[in-house]
Amino acid sequence: MDNLQLKKIANEVRRGAITAVYSAQAGHPGGSLSAADIDTFLFFEEMHVDPQNPKDPDRDRFVLSKGHTAPALYSVMAQKGYFPVEELKTFRHLGARLQGHPSMQYLPGLDMSSGSLGQGISAACGMALAGKIDQKDFRVYTLLGDGELEEGQVWEAAMFAGAKKLDNLVVIVDNNNLQIDGNIEEVNNPKPIDKKFEAFNFHVICIDGHDFDQIRAAFAEARNTKGMPTAIIASTVKGKGISFMENNAGWHGKAPNDAQYEQAMGELDAIAASLA
Amino acid sequence: MGDIKKIATRESYGHALEELGAVNSNIVVLDADLKESTRTCYFAKQFPERFYDCGIAEGNMMGIAAGLAAAGKIPFASTFAMFASGRAYEQVRNSIGYPHLNVKIGATHAGITVGEDGASHQCNEDMALMRTIPGMVVLNPSDDIEARACVKAAAEYVGPVYMRFGRYAVPVFNDPDMKFEIGKGQILKEGKDVTIVATGICVASALDAAEQLKNEGIDAEVINICTVKPIDEELLIASASKTGKVVTAEEHSIIGGLGGAVAEVLSEKCPTRMCRIGIEDRFGESGTAGQLVEKYGLDGKSIAAKVAAFVK
Repeated sequence: MDNLQLKKIANEVRRGAITAVYSAQAGHPGGSLSAADIDTFLFFEEMHVDPQNPKDPDRDRFVLSKGHTAPALYSVMAQKGYFPVEELKTFRHLGARLQGHPSMQYLPGLDMSSGSLGQGISAACGMALAGKIDQKDFRVYTLLGDGELEEGQVWEAAMFAGAKKLDNLVVIVDNNNLQIDGNIEEVNNPKPIDKKFEAFNFHVICIDGHDFDQIRAAFAEARNTKGMPTAIIASTVKGKGISFMENNAGWHGKAPNDAQYEQAMGELDAIAASLA
Repeated sequence: MGDIKKIATRESYGHALEELGAVNSNIVVLDADLKESTRTCYFAKQFPERFYDCGIAEGNMMGIAAGLAAAGKIPFASTFAMFASGRAYEQVRNSIGYPHLNVKIGATHAGITVGEDGASHQCNEDMALMRTIPGMVVLNPSDDIEARACVKAAAEYVGPVYMRFGRYAVPVFNDPDMKFEIGKGQILKEGKDVTIVATGICVASALDAAEQLKNEGIDAEVINICTVKPIDEELLIASASKTGKVVTAEEHSIIGGLGGAVAEVLSEKCPTRMCRIGIEDRFGESGTAGQLVEKYGLDGKSIAAKVAAFVK
């Protein structure tokens, strides 16, 4: 799939994510938009997954460790065909399969329940370990927020992954520099992120998380890295694609009102038109 | 019971894992730098390719277990009860309980019989914590025979199970051919005046107490509750209806453990006078396990005295 097609899908992923949050009048748009390009690449290029066979024991796995950005995950899953795009409007509603944070008990295709920060990466390590024990070729991907790196468990898991040489594991950090209380460097600085993962025996690749050439190259490099896990530190823009949400911590966990939703859809329509 | 063979249930855990490892290749054992203490070292020696030491990082170990289970393995995550249920509570709740993953938690060194290490390591709250997690099975075996049966039953059961084992050698008294079933309690001695419902190491103490109570003309019924959750309501209600008086005995806080569980059942379904024996609302302290069992009133003599006072 070429970059133009990926960009088109990513734009639809953003549209679905914002529609989900708007329909729920709750949820996390900022980090969903920053991760949308990475999510799109993972589900449409990188991972061997089949929406018709979500329990395939040989499938690649994805764990959204930053579980609050479920709107983007659900949206990319809908685009991929796991469920109808229309279902995104049920996000966070009573009785919905699209719970506020991902729950594998509710929705087939989710490889792990997540939402409590720091925990997803450990589960991803466990899956990667299972692959090693069973000598399977599947790969495990987990997406973390940069604020999430403040959780100590992330580093327990990173130490484990490095120590056990889990080269079938790729940790992606959505480094948008913002968390709820503000700039990550002002709240409780997790930087330098790359040097930390290097110190935990990861192969580290730093990229622009909105550039599909760089995303593609990074995952290829990860695939060719043997004997150690890979961490892709993706520099991103929180709220990417919607002007008034970009680089604004206030849009971490807030739903747009009617006028804001209309404006957001208009901006995404314009992007779609420019890609046509 | 001085001449009876004594074995610590952590020892039983280790040997049961070793036996299971030979018949079930899906079993993976995790530990957190305590393999000699939890006795997972036996499994590690036999099956090094299925044993992983996660180091001193219990929260992560629970997540590793969750991921292994999500990929079809049957992980046994092992550490002290304090860290399994306390340190890693939220990982157990959110990464294991919420997705209802097939993880087995082997929690050793539970209760005050940890002994000399003192209160920082004497977990008297673990059953209360684990009982609150929806779908979590909580097992607290009373001796070597029951502990081994528990581990095997846990491996066959699909879903999360918390198993509680002790450091201290305790009498082996169960029938070697006992049929263990998750969720079923057992009447070990029938009686008509009072029911002593016991769990873990207090089951042997309760049997001892019942013998002593005979001399005072008190005919006590003794029930062993290994499955603290889901608890055998039917058995409890039947016995409470018969005797009209229920005493619980456990090496755990009287808040939220067996005493709490029995009170929840009986207060709603068969209101009965109750007395809870266990660790009062306080921390433990250093001492030998034997000294602490006596000081905290969990030996047969202490239980008999409390039951006698309660019945009169």
